[in-house]
Amino acid sequence: MTIWKHELREGKISLLIWAFAIGFLMATCILIYPEMAKQMGEISKVFSLMGSFSAAFGMDRINFGEFLGFFGVECGNVLGLGGAFYAALLGSSILAKEEKEHTAEFLLTHPKSRMSITGEKLFAVLTQIVILNVVVIGISAISIVMIGEKPDMKTLTLLFFAYFLLQIETAAICFGISAFLRSGGIGIGLGLAAIFYFLNIIANLTEKAEFLKYITPFGYTEGADIIAEKALNGGYLAVGAMLTVLGIGIAFYQYNRKDIA
Amino acid sequence: MEAIKTEKLTKYYGKSRGIIDLNLTVDEGEFFGFIGPNGAGKSTTIRTLLGLIKKSSGSGRILGMDIEKEKEKILSCVGYLPSEAMFYRGMRVRDILKLSADLRKTDCRGEAVRLCERLELDTSKKVEELSFGNRKKVGIVCALQHEPQLLILDEPTSGLDPLMQREFFAILRERNKKGTTVFLSSHVLSEIQRNCTRAAIIREGSLIACDSVEALAQTNAKRVTVHGEVELSGLTGIRNLKKGEDGVSFLYSGDINALLAVLSKSNVKDLAIAEPDLEEIFMHYYTDGGEEK
Repeated sequence: MTIWKHELREGKISLLIWAFAIGFLMATCILIYPEMAKQMGEISKVFSLMGSFSAAFGMDRINFGEFLGFFGVECGNVLGLGGAFYAALLGSSILAKEEKEHTAEFLLTHPKSRMSITGEKLFAVLTQIVILNVVVIGISAISIVMIGEKPDMKTLTLLFFAYFLLQIETAAICFGISAFLRSGGIGIGLGLAAIFYFLNIIANLTEKAEFLKYITPFGYTEGADIIAEKALNGGYLAVGAMLTVLGIGIAFYQYNRKDIA
Repeated sequence: MEAIKTEKLTKYYGKSRGIIDLNLTVDEGEFFGFIGPNGAGKSTTIRTLLGLIKKSSGSGRILGMDIEKEKEKILSCVGYLPSEAMFYRGMRVRDILKLSADLRKTDCRGEAVRLCERLELDTSKKVEELSFGNRKKVGIVCALQHEPQLLILDEPTSGLDPLMQREFFAILRERNKKGTTVFLSSHVLSEIQRNCTRAAIIREGSLIACDSVEALAQTNAKRVTVHGEVELSGLTGIRNLKKGEDGVSFLYSGDINALLAVLSKSNVKDLAIAEPDLEEIFMHYYTDGGEEK
């Protein structure tokens, strides 16, 4: 577990910054809710009547006057997008950085198989995503208690679980891509996360594009659906799970046979 | 047992040449030199042997183990110094040394301290604060601290000052005396001549000579330097002819009697016939068929 430990040490500062930045934004969103709720009567209507803009963020199907409705949209965007960016950053750099920084020669001439190096690095990615979620959920929970809301725990748990899966899937896909790269992985990773986000918005806008929800992991994190169904969409999840396994499998396969520059 | 043995080892990068049909044998306990100009395939050979890149064809064994099937076992017996040693930014030297030891699941702090003292390496510095030479020293300690059976060194002295180079080679000779095989890749010929017992020369991806250093230096050519007026037009076997102010100097591999006959007819003020130095021989190997004029 030397490499796992080493990666956690290397990623410590980045993890802390991302976790507390996302946590801080989540807390801000939650803490302004009571203030907003007072004027919610009108605002909720306004939000739901903005046509395609409302549809893009699922606000036409959600009751903004309820805490979870508000949480699903506002916090969904913060944790969904922030978490996806962090996961993409992590997944896309953890293998490629060794060649970019020319440390691959050092690491790979130690008696460790490429398989176990890839495995420990993947485990380090997962560990850091778990820590990020623990911090963010912790800060969010404290904030929710502070404003005295008692949301439905099952729905709230499902929301957080969906974002967690979204991060795992994004990281796994980026991990697979980065096994092919020597540099520039971070740009591709962040770009991919942004594309996923917009694919979901497009899918929300028009029914013709609804199939996009299968491709993007944001499909199964849609707050409006989770709150209405009290469940995650099995179809979207299944495709997501496949892409996750595929990304990880490709990473192991490719990194094991790669010529190291 | 051979420390290194390759048979027809070949590596192509796509279509461009890396190494072609390399047959190389290094016995255990040898101090072996690997010489060649830049881009000849020295690093490609080493990187293939260590499994950083995959061979295209042929086979290679290190300490009797297959370079692909038993890679991890090989790496645990080998110390490798890359030509450009790079480390993780933000880490201190002692953390790098500890990381390297941990990756090998060994504790070699004692040896690390001894090596750092001899090489005058400050272990509290961060790696990005180090000069090229000092970074090289970190690489040297990483390659040596676990006392491997085989040392593979890729241009180890670049960046080291002459005193450090001397200390470094002293350490290598001590290790070699204790039985460590040293495989030294370099284009500094004096380094090879002073330290190695055997050497191989690689050019354009192929091995062109492999012998003891003395034998490599010994060709039938002589360096002839004549002061005075000489007419050489009748002689064959003259290479590398240099005309000076009052004479000529050339490498001669033809019939000595013919040379003497020509010289006896000339007005010679001074004459020297000597073994050519190693540098000249290698220039001969390096350039195409030694046809430089």
